[in-house]
Amino acid sequence: MASSIPYLLTIITFLPLLGSVIVMLVPGDGAKKWLALATTVVTFLVSLLLWTNWQDGYAGMQFVEDAVWFAPLGIRYALGVDGISLFLVLLTTFLMPIAVYFSILYVDKRVGAYMALMLLLETAMIGVFVALDLVLFFVFFEASLIPMYFLIGEWGGQNRVYAAVKFFLYTFAGSALMVVAILIVYFSAGTFDIVALQSTPLPAVVQTWAFLAFSLAFAVKTPLFPFHTWLPDAHVQAPTAGSIILAGVLLKMGTYGFLRLAMPVFPQAAEQFGPLLATLAVIGILYGALVALMQKDIKSLVAYSSVAHLGYVMLGVIAMNAQGVSGSVLQMVNHGLSTGALFLMVGLLYERRHTRMLDEFGGLWASVPVYTGLFLVVAMSSAGLPGLNGFVGEFTIMLGAYNYMPIFAVLAAAGVILAAWYLLTAFRKMAQGEITNPANDKANLKDLNLKELAMVVPLVILFFVIGLFPNLFFDKINPSVEAMLATRTALIEQATAEQMPALELAEIVVTEAK
Amino acid sequence: MFESVWLLFALPALGALIILFAGQWMSQKVVGWVASAAVLAAFVVSVMLFFSLTALPSAERSITITWWQWMTIGDFKVPAAVLIDPLSVTMAMVVTGVGALIHIYSIGYMDHEPRYQRFFFYLNFFILAMLTLVMSNNFLGMFVGWEGVGLASFLLIGFWFDKRDDMYGWYADCGKKAFIVNRIGDFGMILAMIMVWSTLGTLVFTELGETVHHLAPATAAIICLLLLLGAAGKSAQIPLYVWLPDAMAGPTPVSALIHAATMVTAGVYMIIRTNLLWHVGVPAGEVAAWIGMLTALLAATIAMGQTDLKKILAYSTVSQLGYMVAAAGMAAYGAALFHLVTHAFFKALLFLAAGSVMHATDGILDINRLGGLRAKMPTTYRTFLVGAAALAGIPLLSGFFSKDAILVAALDHNILLYIVGAVTALLTAVYSFRAVFLTFHGQPRDPHIFEHVHESPRIMTTPLWILAFLSLVGGVINLPFILSLEHWLEPVVGEHEKILLVTELLGITLSIVIAVFGFLLARALYLRHESWAERLAAPIAFLRPMIEHKWYVDELYRATIVNPLKAVSGWFARVFDPKVIDGAVNGVGAVVNDAGEAVRKLQNGAIPTYALSIFLGVVAVLFYFLFIG
Repeated sequence: MASSIPYLLTIITFLPLLGSVIVMLVPGDGAKKWLALATTVVTFLVSLLLWTNWQDGYAGMQFVEDAVWFAPLGIRYALGVDGISLFLVLLTTFLMPIAVYFSILYVDKRVGAYMALMLLLETAMIGVFVALDLVLFFVFFEASLIPMYFLIGEWGGQNRVYAAVKFFLYTFAGSALMVVAILIVYFSAGTFDIVALQSTPLPAVVQTWAFLAFSLAFAVKTPLFPFHTWLPDAHVQAPTAGSIILAGVLLKMGTYGFLRLAMPVFPQAAEQFGPLLATLAVIGILYGALVALMQKDIKSLVAYSSVAHLGYVMLGVIAMNAQGVSGSVLQMVNHGLSTGALFLMVGLLYERRHTRMLDEFGGLWASVPVYTGLFLVVAMSSAGLPGLNGFVGEFTIMLGAYNYMPIFAVLAAAGVILAAWYLLTAFRKMAQGEITNPANDKANLKDLNLKELAMVVPLVILFFVIGLFPNLFFDKINPSVEAMLATRTALIEQATAEQMPALELAEIVVTEAK
Repeated sequence: MFESVWLLFALPALGALIILFAGQWMSQKVVGWVASAAVLAAFVVSVMLFFSLTALPSAERSITITWWQWMTIGDFKVPAAVLIDPLSVTMAMVVTGVGALIHIYSIGYMDHEPRYQRFFFYLNFFILAMLTLVMSNNFLGMFVGWEGVGLASFLLIGFWFDKRDDMYGWYADCGKKAFIVNRIGDFGMILAMIMVWSTLGTLVFTELGETVHHLAPATAAIICLLLLLGAAGKSAQIPLYVWLPDAMAGPTPVSALIHAATMVTAGVYMIIRTNLLWHVGVPAGEVAAWIGMLTALLAATIAMGQTDLKKILAYSTVSQLGYMVAAAGMAAYGAALFHLVTHAFFKALLFLAAGSVMHATDGILDINRLGGLRAKMPTTYRTFLVGAAALAGIPLLSGFFSKDAILVAALDHNILLYIVGAVTALLTAVYSFRAVFLTFHGQPRDPHIFEHVHESPRIMTTPLWILAFLSLVGGVINLPFILSLEHWLEPVVGEHEKILLVTELLGITLSIVIAVFGFLLARALYLRHESWAERLAAPIAFLRPMIEHKWYVDELYRATIVNPLKAVSGWFARVFDPKVIDGAVNGVGAVVNDAGEAVRKLQNGAIPTYALSIFLGVVAVLFYFLFIG
């Protein structure tokens, strides 16, 4: 399909990279800071053109760009977005200005390099969501590792080096497997074209091995239980903006990978391993919540809550029905907004008190009511309070999961109880009770100022918009999801049809033998 | 007229927003009146809706107003829409009517409260959520209100979040407990909604009838049992009632509004609303009837042993809600709604009168330290007496008729249920008058408190008088043999089941005997200390410690559920996650990277260069491969 605005995706993807180069070149920290912010804001505004120029009801890729990159192997520079990736791109461009602005307010150390890395990261993340060629996808996927590695390793907390290396090695191990998987697929199907692969039948053996390799890579990224232990370390050590982006966007590269590649390209293998993955997802929901309940560091609590939340997303993806998948796509956005906002709130508190230990707080509702009220709204969004965003995603996912296998919906619904438990426990320790530490009282702790509100309020508004008008999003998500499911069903039916004659023959042989 | 139903939501929403954004520049009185005016105006709207509805023929009294399509994925379609029918309008009138009175009362009650802005914001938010609950035309919209009122309840129970005392511990913990216990009920609600859509293809109440007859009775029963779990959470039934007594930590107007008159009846409302499912899943109705009746009995026994006036009223609320759930379970929907309405009047009255006492005694509600208050608080005494008499089922008061309707239904349904209900009714009469006598009659037991007691200001007593009036005459909405409320409800729940005249008469006679005997017993035990009554009570005196400790149910839950769960998550967090899972990860890393070498490098920070060089190597190979090779 011809896009109405030429090269729009290229512009959105590489604007931050351009900004990054300029940030490195211009002198002066002030100029670097504001240039970085301007870049992310402009990128966000340009990305809104995707929304305004969207062709509603069209299921395929829009704003497609396609050029030969390396002809001998058929590697192409192919970009495009559909209803599945659109909102992940917008989520990225929306969260970046918030993360960068927070850094402007609170990061002093080597600002230029920091901002350049943030912008580099944005290009890589957008690239992952718009790439339609496997090699291109892989390049962006890997490219996102480097800036995040340095952001944690250079600007992180006390144990930053350990956390950064763990993050890097862990996800890198996954990536190594992905290279293998990509090669397997290429040698079997003869193409790197992601869209074409979705309707290419692959032999069972190829499916099994490629699915497993991709799954491991994405399971680490998501992270799916039991591959999650890098995440709390990375989050606790990462600077606030790093955590916002890590939880808000980077984790979705894993679930997006499942949804875009692993599930539709290898449908039989996906069906075979579906129950196993769903089991891990549900364990993640319950286990993540239980571990979160015991955390003393708020960031670590939010990190484990991410394990639980991403479990829901995975469950919907594995269900492979309309409600489950559309719900998952929306829930990726919801988790990005809610958890991003939680990390933002924690960051705002940390900059005031230089601690994140729950025991250090108490009674904040009396001293900083605006902060506390907004924190509660964010926590409720994360806990899936109906009327806010998280509920829409969680409910539709559970609906999908029930129609996949009821037991998974039952267990996932139990996670809803635990979510309220750990979030309210955190809220109880932070905001309620008496002020015992003078550092928390009204005289010493300032409530949010306008600059800080400017970061939090847009997120909160989106909670309500998505919660009350989710069809603004589903209208664009559904057609692509339904088309993907239809293609996948056709692929499975085709494969079964091919096996049928052989089976019938065998039956005839058996009956005749009798 | 029906189109303007949006006003019903817009008014409290506007009130809440004004208070949230402009309240800090307003005085306590102005904020209170803004909030009250919003709810009062909403009450006017609901009354207008009521009259518009009565103007229609009975069969047409079901109007859906759709605002927008809320969620759509494939066949899953949920509108944002309201249903105006006899049930929803009745609920809306109770919520806004009783709500407005309690708002006004609060202006006086919370006059020394510095956080009045929050308080009235929460109250208006609660009304908005409660209206969403009762007006939505589908499960999911109802659930928005359902959890919304839960949030309001959490905020208001823990309103004094920095306060603690011996009875409640930290008030904030009471709020947290309420929310989490309610979430257990919500677990049931969520699964029930999922099953309803998966089997019937819709979540819209008025569309259930089209396919419900295809539903297998067993499936319907499972759905209804899950709904019952939800009702048990919100309406404080066995096994989830434990949050409600602790909810009394909230300001007393909140106890009256949320934890007596309106929110806690949501479970009963929901069962009535989903009656089509219960008609198919009959066994679930039996379970509901027994859960309700046993809750009524259990809570009544505990109420006997409480010494805090609010706690007595709280257990009494649990008990009366049990009656309502039992009635709904027996498909006596008219009786359930009737008792819901009268209970809203007299229990709101009792709480507000208790609040008036509290206002005068500086928060002391221990009936062992009160006594003789009627001399100094005549209005509070008289209105409390009316409320207690209605609760006790004294003939001709509203509570008498509504409780009798439930007991007659039980008599008609199952004699065992009736016996449990009748014993509960006797206990109810006893503890109601016990509260009256110990608080208002006799000699003051604590002269120091008594000295400072004074009658409350008019802004508080006026709502008391209005509610007392309603408690007195509220029975007229559904008199025996006339049954106007049950007839009014027919478009929602179908024809009222006819009960034999002899059953009706037997039931009503027994009801009168029970109430009068209960009154006499309480007077003999707590006022005159007559020996016959004490001899009568002696054989069951051994139960007293059990009752005073609320049958140790909280302790049981803590030992069997909360603590084990905490132990498991503690083990996960301290041992399993860091040692086992992460240990395995680090172990694998170590093996791959030649034993302990990697670990040492991880720790001394030499590995970044190493890792980066791997990565750059891969990138270089890749690019060579792509562009040159």
